[in-house]
Amino acid sequence: MIELSGVSYSYGDRRLFSDVSLTLKAGSFHFLTGPSGTGKTTLLKLCYLELSPEMGSVQLFGSDTEGTERDAVAALRQRIGIVHQDCRFIDHLTVAENIALPLRVAGQKQMTEDSNLRELMAWVGLSHHGAAHPPQLSGGERQRAALARAVIMAPDVILADEPTGNVDWEMSTRLLGLLVELNRMGKTVVIATHDLNLIRQAKAQVQARVLRIRDGKLQLAGSDL
Amino acid sequence: MIRPAFLASSEAERIVPPTGTTAQLTTLAAAAMAFLCVFALALLYTTGRVADRWSGELAQSATVRISAPADQMEAQVTAVLAILAQTPGVADARALSDEEQQALLTPWFGPDLPLETLPIPQLVELTRDARGFDAEGLRLRLRAEVPGAVFDDHTRWRAPLIDAAQRLRLLGWLSVALIAVTMAVIVSLAASTALAANGQVIDVLRLIGAKDSFVANAFVRRFTLRALAGAALGTALGMVALVFVPSDTPSGFLSGLGFRGAQWLAPLAVPLVTACVAFLATGLAARRRLREIS
Repeated sequence: MIELSGVSYSYGDRRLFSDVSLTLKAGSFHFLTGPSGTGKTTLLKLCYLELSPEMGSVQLFGSDTEGTERDAVAALRQRIGIVHQDCRFIDHLTVAENIALPLRVAGQKQMTEDSNLRELMAWVGLSHHGAAHPPQLSGGERQRAALARAVIMAPDVILADEPTGNVDWEMSTRLLGLLVELNRMGKTVVIATHDLNLIRQAKAQVQARVLRIRDGKLQLAGSDL
Repeated sequence: MIRPAFLASSEAERIVPPTGTTAQLTTLAAAAMAFLCVFALALLYTTGRVADRWSGELAQSATVRISAPADQMEAQVTAVLAILAQTPGVADARALSDEEQQALLTPWFGPDLPLETLPIPQLVELTRDARGFDAEGLRLRLRAEVPGAVFDDHTRWRAPLIDAAQRLRLLGWLSVALIAVTMAVIVSLAASTALAANGQVIDVLRLIGAKDSFVANAFVRRFTLRALAGAALGTALGMVALVFVPSDTPSGFLSGLGFRGAQWLAPLAVPLVTACVAFLATGLAARRRLREIS
């Protein structure tokens, strides 16, 4: 699905990581952890091509992405569902419109009243919030709406950046449950988080690999979690 | 590649927040520029008409000036009229009366000039028919057969008038071009501001897989339509204003500022050209902004 080979990245003079390799196989479940500022978000951005590596290569769905045209990048992103900690909604659109936005962007005619959309909103527990606007939702509702938007195009991969960062434990559990359910449907899931409790809880439900960024390197975390 | 904005779905446009001062300013600026453009076009057509009229009037007539001793004047005038009567292309020729000559000199010497006591040349006015005559040939024949006659086909007078008219037309075109450039700059700045203000929307769209054309169309369509609406309003106001400009008063050519007949169709192109300018300017601004986003 996604393969990073010998990737290095710096912000200015500060080398964030170097020679990092990572393979995300279809249907796998990964946690990406480490203290704040170690590069979890940057690594995800490299995966969905918001950033380009200084060295090394990124392969998406079997193709090297170096020099990929902008329209091709857009097409690749339609196969990746992204959930951000701050959700990134368009506030003047309704929740239903925000969730259906990837469909519009892809030129699909399914609109907000489409039954698939209703099912999806019911799945994330937002059936009665379709006409609301994002600022009217709670933190947990926003995260679930962001997850719904991420999966509406039935992507192969879901990348979630601190999806439980702004929600309470109960809501974290609920969100994790949704992501585990997606993984059981065959989706590749990557969650960047520093919440070790969330990781422990997930490992009880699904076979997850936990990767830690430390000293600019990516390591497989062990029993110390 | 950005699709023509009018073929783009309004779906994309709705994603951009519906209100914004910059978009309203674009409409206002387009209206003002279109209003000015209508006047610049009117100036173009008016100078063209006036130049054609002046040039045409002078080109249709010519003058023979006869300077001779008083006792030979009548014979020379008769000879000149005879030559002109034989010249192909001359429709009519006549010697100006004393009253007409006095009237010509009145602005310089006043009404009480004793014309009969002064050696004033006799003027013969001729008009050309549709074929026209050979001015150089006529000049040579008059010089040979009537020594006191000097032929003047008004070339000397027409040349600076035509030159002035051409400069005025150039000024008019320059004004139209400057208005178009100003319009492009205003729309480009407004679009850039709107694109910057909606940076988060654009980021979201790119992250969920929107192509540049989708994002650009949302802005291009909006700014093109706003510029079109503003320009249509400005053009209509300009045309109404021109209707109320006094026409053809004897005080001067500016009193005749406006369009005649089919010329009234010309300002109708202003909104369309403005929309095209807005389309191109917004498209360029959008592409520039999108290149900054990964």
